[in-house]
Amino acid sequence: MAMSFEWPWQYRFPPFFTLQPNVDTRQKQLAAWCSLVLSFCRLHKQSSMTVMEAQESPLFNNVKLQRKLPVESIQIVLEELRKKGNLEWLDKNKSSFLIMWRRPEEWGKLIYQWVSKSGQNNSVFTLYELTSGEDTEGEEGSRLVGVS
Amino acid sequence: IKFDAGTLLLSTHRLIWRDQKNHECCVAIPLSQIVFIEEQAAGIGKSAKIVVHLHPAPPNKEPGPFQNSKNSYIKLSFKEHGQIEFYRRLLEEMTQRRWENMPASQSLQTSRGSQPGRVRAVGIVGIERKLEEKRKETDKNISEAFEDLSKLMIKAKEMVELSKSIANKIKEKQGDITEDEERGGIMSLTEVYCLVNRARGMELLSPEDLVNACKMLEALKLPLRLRVFDSGVMVIELQSHKEEEMVASALETVSEKGSLTSEEFAKLVGMSVLLAKERLLLAEKMGHLCRDDSVEGLRFYPNLFMTQS
Repeated sequence: MAMSFEWPWQYRFPPFFTLQPNVDTRQKQLAAWCSLVLSFCRLHKQSSMTVMEAQESPLFNNVKLQRKLPVESIQIVLEELRKKGNLEWLDKNKSSFLIMWRRPEEWGKLIYQWVSKSGQNNSVFTLYELTSGEDTEGEEGSRLVGVS
Repeated sequence: IKFDAGTLLLSTHRLIWRDQKNHECCVAIPLSQIVFIEEQAAGIGKSAKIVVHLHPAPPNKEPGPFQNSKNSYIKLSFKEHGQIEFYRRLLEEMTQRRWENMPASQSLQTSRGSQPGRVRAVGIVGIERKLEEKRKETDKNISEAFEDLSKLMIKAKEMVELSKSIANKIKEKQGDITEDEERGGIMSLTEVYCLVNRARGMELLSPEDLVNACKMLEALKLPLRLRVFDSGVMVIELQSHKEEEMVASALETVSEKGSLTSEEFAKLVGMSVLLAKERLLLAEKMGHLCRDDSVEGLRFYPNLFMTQS
């Protein structure tokens, strides 16, 4: 069921793997990285990762282009994601992190919309029903993993 | 030998007695051997004397009239005159102890007997020589100090001359295409330094002088100016030169080739690598270019981050 992941144009652009000194350029670059990380993790259903894994993952390491984002720059990208609410560190050393390609509020919104749609407001649902019930198949909800 | 008629001589190093009749016969005692001296006034039937008390003879004592003596002093008897004056002079030498500062020229031996005139000359000549040296040293220091002052004045003059000569050169060449323009209207300060000093041939400018002279260019309202890039690199550019406009053409060049390093760009455009790099950095600063920094080197690309959605 793995979809072929479509890399964005930046992924084939060598400067993408060098942290840009020009502030405005850097802003655009980091934004592109953030959205790439999120879509990558979403496709590969990765909700957590270690920094070591990230370094070697095709996400930050384009073997064909022979370019890697250096670890200091990876840290900067991860910090951006954390600021946006898409990332949480799992340890004090910042060696592994939780990636939330949908922020908790966004999930909440989606669930509410779905519940409203199926006219099931004001009922209590179990998590099981929510994630594997007949009604839910094919919806975003069926891919929900570890919602806190 | 009887030592009863002779002449007593005093040098800075020795006390010398020379026989009146036989000038070849001399005895001497180093002043360093003297502990102290005392006067004995003349009396009836007695001549005035100076008693010279001596240290024990050193083991390397020169051979003399006596190998040893039970007395530790000698007496100088002034039969005719001169005791008072001699005592005074001897005391002075004892006080000054000049033999400590100046090495004696040669040892005195009774068989040889040196001329008292020459012995005395050594001491005095030595003093004279020292005085001459001192005088020369003082002279040298004074002239060196004045040298520095005059050098400083020359430098100040030079800087004003340089600024004026640049201004004149420009006046002459106005209207024709100058070498400056051929160079793209911009030159690094090191290039200027080499050209200027090569042209001068002598009385070369120091780097500091050149920088200071160039800082005055704009103030002197000359059509040249000193520009310092963020990196610290300094250039001289024509007032008419617009580096920012050159950046636009640099972008075109880079876009045509996809990407370029400073060296590649320099070669294409025909400018020095140093200035080429500064231009590319300026283009990056202005947002027209972005960089790819890897083991392969530093490459500049058109800034697609901004132009592409």
